[in-house]
Amino acid sequence: MTDKIISVKNLVKKFGTFTANDNLTFDVYKGEIFGFLGANGAGKTTTIRILCGLSSPTSGELKVAGFDVYRDAEKIKKNIGYMSQKFSLYEDLTVTENIQLFAGIYGISRKVRKEKEAELLKKLNLEEAKNKLIGGLPLGWKQKLAFSVAIFHDPKIVFLDEPTGGVDPVTRRRFWDLIYEAANNGTTIFVTTHYMDEAEYCNRVSIMDAGKIEALDTPANLKKMYNAKDMDEVFVKIAR
Amino acid sequence: MITINNISKSYNKTEALKDISLNVNRGELFGLIGADGAGKTTLMRIVTTLLLPDSGEAKMDGLDIKKDFKKIRHIIGYMPGRFSLYQDLSVEENLQFFATVFGTTVEANYDLIRDIYYQIEPFKNRRAGKLSGGMKQKLALSCALIHKPKILVLDEPTTGVDAVSRKEFWEMLKKLQQKDITILVSTPYMDEAILCDRVALLQNGQILDVDSPTKIIEKFQRKIFQVRSDNMYQLISDLRKFENAESVFAFGQFVHFTGINDSVKADELDKYLQSLGHKNILVEKITPGIEDVFMELMEGSRSFQSQ
Repeated sequence: MTDKIISVKNLVKKFGTFTANDNLTFDVYKGEIFGFLGANGAGKTTTIRILCGLSSPTSGELKVAGFDVYRDAEKIKKNIGYMSQKFSLYEDLTVTENIQLFAGIYGISRKVRKEKEAELLKKLNLEEAKNKLIGGLPLGWKQKLAFSVAIFHDPKIVFLDEPTGGVDPVTRRRFWDLIYEAANNGTTIFVTTHYMDEAEYCNRVSIMDAGKIEALDTPANLKKMYNAKDMDEVFVKIAR
Repeated sequence: MITINNISKSYNKTEALKDISLNVNRGELFGLIGADGAGKTTLMRIVTTLLLPDSGEAKMDGLDIKKDFKKIRHIIGYMPGRFSLYQDLSVEENLQFFATVFGTTVEANYDLIRDIYYQIEPFKNRRAGKLSGGMKQKLALSCALIHKPKILVLDEPTTGVDAVSRKEFWEMLKKLQQKDITILVSTPYMDEAILCDRVALLQNGQILDVDSPTKIIEKFQRKIFQVRSDNMYQLISDLRKFENAESVFAFGQFVHFTGINDSVKADELDKYLQSLGHKNILVEKITPGIEDVFMELMEGSRSFQSQ
């Protein structure tokens, strides 16, 4: 894992006099599960919006999937996937309609879409539910489908913004099975979470506080560095 | 303090609560633990008199939820899951509004909210809609407390809140408990279950168990191993292929493994993983945590339903 898929140098983002991102520098490698942690209001969402090409930095050099965030924001959008707890699928469309919509947006041909759609429905055990409205499905199913739709166009990177909030512990782990699988297939995973056990599943973790990255390393090294028994303790030591 | 007898509630064909009974004692910090859709919010809306059950009875401090709903509303404080204060009013105006509605003043009960409110007081002229998540949560709690309720009902107050703020929030709840307030709180976080005096584990509108967290864990007799090796993804998929594997789940830096009928031994697993080329293997038997127990109870009732 030495190919950089995201490279961030001296990223600064200001809103008026408020500095949301204060000189961030970090790299994310291809195929990595990168945990992006921090307290509420630490500046995580600001960074993610910039990396997704939805907001421009005040200053700094940034490349995502090989593209410059200032010049090629549109190309970045085509090469990434995004899923959040708040928005993922259209509740009043059916399972297949949602897949078709997202495939259409990303310009996937009808033939390829049909093949992949059949494959996906089988994998998620959703064949019988394919004509049901999303709104009526259990949250765990929705989340798995939302993730699968987010990586349907084979993006190089997928951004997951608190993907597992509110679900039960079994569903949460089944969701991580999908993340592991995608990472194993070479997709880079950029994930935020408030569950500290999930931080342990990441290859590397960065912890933000008040707009700055306070720590960035493997979970094992962070625990050693902060003399902590788990990531929860590391997080509390940094963010409190 | 709270008695719930045989409460059922359906929304069209969906049974949200199926014959639920439970009691919360005076001064208790009682947790409703369960995932989205388990029925936690429905139960809370029923005991706060915002929703009528299809059948069953419930009392809050001896008052009936149907006949005495007006009286109940004076003795409870309710913090719904969704932020429901007035976004266009300032922090201070929201607090004054709620005090006035309940026929009291902020000054009269300031003592009760001081520890919480002082943290947002510097922003008292800011509109509530402009507050950060953590500050909104503190304001909502202050407003729910301003009429000095006997019972506090909190619906997922810590969902989407970071690990540090969650810890601070639970410290606040412990302090309120000292002031003779009975607290009913729901959460999807298993580590918060441990902090309650007693919990009810809820799934699909049914109670899986009600007890103190320690007793719930003690009752659980399964043999659980924590397993580690250098390649987590490979480890999980290899353990799932092990012939006597019942459940295999990631738990932080370890994988938790349960064998069918608890027949699997540690050295058996160790040898199996060695033969597959895993490095730095660790297999050890552990005392289960509340999350292990909940997952086992959930899986048990799930397979029961599918039969």
